[in-house]
Amino acid sequence: MNKPAMPNSFRTGPDEQGMFGIFGGRFVAETLMPLILDLEEQWNKAKNDPEFKAELQNLSTHYAGRPSKLYFAEGLTKHLGGAKVYFKREDLNHTGSHKINNCLGQILLAKRMGKKRIIAETGAGQHGVASATVAARFGYPCVVYMGATDVARQSPNVFRMKLLGAEVRPVTAGHGTLKDAMNEALRDWVTNVEDTYYLIGTAAGPHPYPELVRDFQSVIGSEARAQMLEQEGRLPDVIIAAVGGGSNAIGLFHPFLDDKDVRIIGIEAGGRGLDGVEHCASMNAGKPGVLHGNRTYLLQNADGQILDGHSISAGLDYPGVGPEHSWLRDSGRVQYEPILDDEALEAFQLTTRVEGIIPALESAHAIAHAMKIVPKMDKDQLVIVNLSGRGDKDVHTVAKMLGMEI
Amino acid sequence: MTTRIDRRMAKLKSEGRPALVTYIMGGDPDYETSLSIMKALPVSGSDIIELGMPFSDPMADGPAIQAAGLRALKGGQTLARTLKMASEFRAGDDETPIVLMGYYNPIYIYGVDRFLADAKASGIDGLIVVDLPPEMDEELCIPALKAGVNFIRLATPTTDDKRLPKVLENTSGFVYYVSMTGITGSALADTAKVSAAVTRIKGHTALPVCVGFGVKTAEQARVIGASADGVVVGTAIVNAVANVLGPKGEKTADPAEAVATLVSGLAQGVRSARLAAAE
Repeated sequence: MNKPAMPNSFRTGPDEQGMFGIFGGRFVAETLMPLILDLEEQWNKAKNDPEFKAELQNLSTHYAGRPSKLYFAEGLTKHLGGAKVYFKREDLNHTGSHKINNCLGQILLAKRMGKKRIIAETGAGQHGVASATVAARFGYPCVVYMGATDVARQSPNVFRMKLLGAEVRPVTAGHGTLKDAMNEALRDWVTNVEDTYYLIGTAAGPHPYPELVRDFQSVIGSEARAQMLEQEGRLPDVIIAAVGGGSNAIGLFHPFLDDKDVRIIGIEAGGRGLDGVEHCASMNAGKPGVLHGNRTYLLQNADGQILDGHSISAGLDYPGVGPEHSWLRDSGRVQYEPILDDEALEAFQLTTRVEGIIPALESAHAIAHAMKIVPKMDKDQLVIVNLSGRGDKDVHTVAKMLGMEI
Repeated sequence: MTTRIDRRMAKLKSEGRPALVTYIMGGDPDYETSLSIMKALPVSGSDIIELGMPFSDPMADGPAIQAAGLRALKGGQTLARTLKMASEFRAGDDETPIVLMGYYNPIYIYGVDRFLADAKASGIDGLIVVDLPPEMDEELCIPALKAGVNFIRLATPTTDDKRLPKVLENTSGFVYYVSMTGITGSALADTAKVSAAVTRIKGHTALPVCVGFGVKTAEQARVIGASADGVVVGTAIVNAVANVLGPKGEKTADPAEAVATLVSGLAQGVRSARLAAAE
């Protein structure tokens, strides 16, 4: 539905109202509106300020460890017997995932805006850890809202956040997952709007968040594109990333959007299958609606009530998706496919065994799709999978799924 | 075109007293009980009814209204049933203004044009949609004004003089001043600050200004009512319903009666507001 006209470039959004076609926007309470306008103004100044760029560049290099490697996954490639598979190693960043890219950028913005306190929401805990990390580094008090279910299944990350000096507030509303954590973070923000910076972790929420998170994450795709040109002398045939809110995916995809020969695939959490309600495939099984400040594809019932969804991966357990993905879906530029819990679990184990890399369960969804398509591709074709994070945090979940006690 | 809200506000102005605006959650704890509560409101002294449309993710609401919304949804409430409730109420009362209050998604999914037609037919006079700031006016505000339904905007402590004109531009019926930066049901802000804010807003508009968020007692209603054209009470009423529900949601007393008792007291507070101010 709502198929937009084919644009000359897929990289020019959002428009001045923060819209990607019909998606995006600023659906927030009036209390937050002046703040969001201020953030937009500050962001527009910062992104063209050489000093801001230099400070971020310096932190990215010496603190986060960028550029991350583009690694030829020879073991997986041999095992699958088709195209050459490369991993973009965001798991090697400081804090173990791509989340640090966005947190470093936003903490510098918070500093410019003179804020005194940081709040964040987290699902898997990756963004919570990255937020707590930059808050510690820059000396800010930090409160992280996390669904109670996620607190239980991601306990190592909860402990890391506490060590870093953050306060983790479990949220028991709903299913106690990312959606509920985001509601509670918004309630905190509306209450403490004067001194608080809301460090949103994914490319969703009210404008300008989807844009600025994308821009901070686009370093993934920019590096990967240049690295592939250097290592193979040409662009990849296929790039794949997992999509929860979609920040690692938009970060990888955005620099490739106008490379029309590069096939781009986003992977949604198929959970226990798309027939029931136990999945988080909003773009495959939801419809457009308004939640958390933006219009986007959402899992919802006929009355417009938001459903909770399910995924084995806490980071993908969200009933919505960033608005730019919704637009890319409708425009047909990016293809979005579901991967089931079991398929992700299999990819997790295979990657661990043949590559000696324990991937995050989120990233395992992207690898699982590669496992489906790579064997059917030619040996001289090239695939990049975004290895968005490392899987140490998931070993408890995986052990439980495999019926083991650790 | 005057609406029931305009007429009611004009009448109260001539009587020299502020309006008591009462919020209930539509369908809490079930349709029939909620309708009986709604019918008890004007009888107990409520001048304007805000009828909450339950939403699964009420981002501007505190725990009391969150819980009320969940009770209503569990009881089978939908936007269609909230509209039906309004029209059943309207059959017995053609004067008391009804303002629907909630979040945009259920309306968007219902379909804006269909919603406005059905709301109008159900006797709805105004809308408060928390997550539609002036920047999103094309979505619902402009179509509502064209359909003759008031669109009541929230002004907040963060809405400064520079921004106020934008917030007031397409507002009609009344302006809802949110007394503090926060969620519904928080502690009431300093009443002197609230009074100053009301005066500030009145410098920009001829519309009545009602104050809400944090007003729980008759005394608070009296103090706020001394400067505002109306006082909105929500969480206290929703709590009155919750207080007569047992752990499994069973009624331990009549919710309509509990609400009526509370609202009668608030009505007295509001009615003595200007007398007290004059002393």
